[in-house]
Amino acid sequence: MTSAPSFGTRVRRNEDERLLTGRGRYIDDITLEGALAVAFVRSPMASARIISVDTSQAMALEGVHLVVTCDDIEHLDTEMPLLIPDPSLTSPRTQRPLARGEVFYVGQTVAMVVADDRYVAEDAADLVEVVYEPLEAVVGVDRAVASGARSVHEGVAGNVAAHSRQRSGEPDAAFASAEHVTSVTVRVERSSAAPMEPRAVAARWDSVLGELTVWDGTQAPISVRGGLASLFGLDEHRVRVVAPDVGGGFGQKVLLFYPDEVLVPWAAVKLNRPVKYIEDRQENFLGSTHERLQVHHIELAATRDGLVTGLRDSFLHDTGAFIPYGLAVAQVAAGQIAGSYRIPNISVDFKAVYTNTVPVTPYRGCGRPHACFAIERAMDVLADDLGIDRFEIRRRNFIGTEEFPYDRPGLIFADGQPVSYDGGDYARALSLLEEALDPPAFRAEQEAARSEGRYLGLGLACYVEGTGLGPYEGGHVKVHPITGKVYVNTGLSSQGQGHATSFAQIAADEVGVSPSDVVVVEGDTGEFDWGVATFASRAAVVSGNAIRKAALIVREQIVHQASQMFEAAPEDIVIEEGKVFVQGVESRALTLAEVATMSNPLRYAFNKAAQSATQFTPAARRDGAALAEGAHPGLEATDYFSPASTTWAYGVHGAIVEVDPATFEVKVKRYVCVHDCGRMINPMIVEGQVIGGVAQGMGGAFYELLDYDAEGNLRNASLMEFLMPYATEVPRVEISHLETPSPRNPLGVKGVGEAGTIPVAAAFASAVEDALAPLLHGHLLDVPLSPTSLHAATRAG
Amino acid sequence: MTGVETSEAVEAEQKTSLRVVVNGTAYERVVPVRRLLSDFLRHDLGLTGTHVGCEHGVCGCCTVLVDGRATRSCLTLACQVDGLSLTTIEGVKSADGGLHPVQQALSDCHGLQCGYCTPGFVISILEVLNSPDELDLSEEGVREMISGNLCRCTGYQGIVDAVRQAAVAMGRDGDAGKGAPA
Repeated sequence: MTSAPSFGTRVRRNEDERLLTGRGRYIDDITLEGALAVAFVRSPMASARIISVDTSQAMALEGVHLVVTCDDIEHLDTEMPLLIPDPSLTSPRTQRPLARGEVFYVGQTVAMVVADDRYVAEDAADLVEVVYEPLEAVVGVDRAVASGARSVHEGVAGNVAAHSRQRSGEPDAAFASAEHVTSVTVRVERSSAAPMEPRAVAARWDSVLGELTVWDGTQAPISVRGGLASLFGLDEHRVRVVAPDVGGGFGQKVLLFYPDEVLVPWAAVKLNRPVKYIEDRQENFLGSTHERLQVHHIELAATRDGLVTGLRDSFLHDTGAFIPYGLAVAQVAAGQIAGSYRIPNISVDFKAVYTNTVPVTPYRGCGRPHACFAIERAMDVLADDLGIDRFEIRRRNFIGTEEFPYDRPGLIFADGQPVSYDGGDYARALSLLEEALDPPAFRAEQEAARSEGRYLGLGLACYVEGTGLGPYEGGHVKVHPITGKVYVNTGLSSQGQGHATSFAQIAADEVGVSPSDVVVVEGDTGEFDWGVATFASRAAVVSGNAIRKAALIVREQIVHQASQMFEAAPEDIVIEEGKVFVQGVESRALTLAEVATMSNPLRYAFNKAAQSATQFTPAARRDGAALAEGAHPGLEATDYFSPASTTWAYGVHGAIVEVDPATFEVKVKRYVCVHDCGRMINPMIVEGQVIGGVAQGMGGAFYELLDYDAEGNLRNASLMEFLMPYATEVPRVEISHLETPSPRNPLGVKGVGEAGTIPVAAAFASAVEDALAPLLHGHLLDVPLSPTSLHAATRAG
Repeated sequence: MTGVETSEAVEAEQKTSLRVVVNGTAYERVVPVRRLLSDFLRHDLGLTGTHVGCEHGVCGCCTVLVDGRATRSCLTLACQVDGLSLTTIEGVKSADGGLHPVQQALSDCHGLQCGYCTPGFVISILEVLNSPDELDLSEEGVREMISGNLCRCTGYQGIVDAVRQAAVAMGRDGDAGKGAPA
């Protein structure tokens, strides 16, 4: 007899009430008495030598406490760490907190001002005089790798930071014997995660205890803690990093270190005052990382009936001026380039290329949307070349259910493990999409509409997503003796994904309480300090399974303790909705608080739970030690989960659109997602992730493009000009769930954080191309699909 | 970035006194004339539920009610609300002190994720649902209604559903049947 599991149900979120009533605590909501404010002097040039920096006027302004350049920041005047080295990354360059001698992109930090408030700090930043000698800017991957291009960094010939080559099977043989080859070049434009809360850092130095506390809107508080401890020469336990409520991340907040993340703590120590840096929106565009720009030249070798026998992809990845995060984005793209298809022979090469632009690190999807766009557009073109239906060509090439696990020997994923898909039913997903969109009925409607001069189109795109990457995460579960609530800690931080609910559901089911009686605390190294970070759709898989393991141990502890208290057999103990009792004797139930109190052989009858608990065993009467050898007090356990391999989610999206042939406005009539992320912990949260991902994908498909001019000026560094979708731009999304349990973790879950975003641009390009087919010259191979680009595509000869 | 001209640094010293009612409480403060209303609410009054997302009036995170009208507090100087009455997210609640129907609906419909834009949405939706104007609760109508606010997490679907649920709860659902989700 157990209560109904909450796993798999639409439990309302534990975090909502606080956030809905203005009681969220984002970094700038935390009051630090006497806190000073930071503003940065940023480079207005994409490439220039710094001739001189004069801070004297700024320093003289009333209310200014500190104005520093690279000459003043002591041990921090060094290149910041390269997070993920790789043998193919032969010319890594990372940024200094404050530029020394040269600037490499517009927005790079040159000097830091600390003042009474942000108003004064900005006044002072304006008074810092920097003399630059401009150099030729290198903008655009194509220009950067062209012969004769200037080097962004001295000594990096051709601006190539890394050149990677991977092979699976015998691609050359496949192309040599191909009956047909389709070749396309596709381009996915540069974009930004643009979370609603820009980044923020606050720090306080306690000179009595010698402790540094840093509040950082980061996805990786434990990694930041470790890095700061090492940079500042402090023991790790003297540095506490807290990521409180964080207003969206989408990858942009997983990089460490941004200049402010080291300079703000440094200033707090230097001045012995709390210091805050709250990034504004323009700085988020100019100082926080970008993503997405890749140009893929992809070729498919196929038989005449559309069986793809080989794939060759060669792509350029724009990494901006530095490469602090290593090759993750490009490696993920390379690892999933063959998508949902069997394609036994693969060759994938890429170059990561420096340009004088904001550095590039992962943004929701991290290479997957790029790879998906390349393979899915190529499959559409192949279908058209061979006169095969776009659904049918996919069906012919899907990996079959009986073929899992499906390995691509020779291809290495971003976690360093070989690419190996774990399971799913790709054909079933496609059939569900067909049932939802009814292509034959649509074709009739399309034809009728065309006769009236209206252009309707249907498009689709399949995707896979390697999720739940290692190395590990931990879970700590403890029953609190005062409240009886179950506390759960893990090493992640949440930026809106609902961890406080999903993780609560996992622990609640295992322990035997309601999810609302589970308190999830994360993002605080003072609470739990082993772990990695929130990225790569890994939280549910890695932390979720770690929490389950810890909760199972705690359940055993409860049963053991209660069996002693009741002098009953462990198998007769029932835990249900926070009550512990002997089967059939619910009237004599104990609360979890009472059991937790009894598990601590210190007697303190301060509250009701303690008073009732102590009646079972008088403190004075016991045989031997209160704690058996190897036992510990309390109901508490920590365990870890380390996935042996990535688990692969998948799905297919389809869209029906109408395109106005005069204005090229695209109206979305239907948008359908079929997805499989394994067992769902909370379908409501899963749907939120998918739909939110689709909206972000729509941004990339139609609107979002960071527009650099030839001199390296970002021309649209504001939400006025970088067009993120409002509610009026996003359609209602119809979702079908498939649930193939992952065989690679006990919960059977797969990640879903990025899935919604991945195929959206490809699906819309497919649909818009279908709609405009009578007017187009060629295929739509670049996103975003702006009215201007669509107009041009109908005019090109 | 630094948008303030040097000459304005002198004006930074100019201060003015301000009387304002926020969530039913009267405040009197002396503030620099250039202090934004968003900064005044957050830093001077400690009402940090009002968030700042862009500082140029696009995202709507900072929306508050000024005499009942939804207003961008990042585009308003504190001294401009002298003598007026404001409602911020901290003042939004149901008659019994619990969640207001708009807040309840947003939770029920998963209309929030990171929560940063949420106070601005609550305030924007409240203005419309409290107004005497006829409501258009069709899918398109609701999307138009909330199109002054950006959300990067939810894709808006849960917010659209929440507006309809709240309209019903507040007795404003004369048109709610139109275009209801399938």
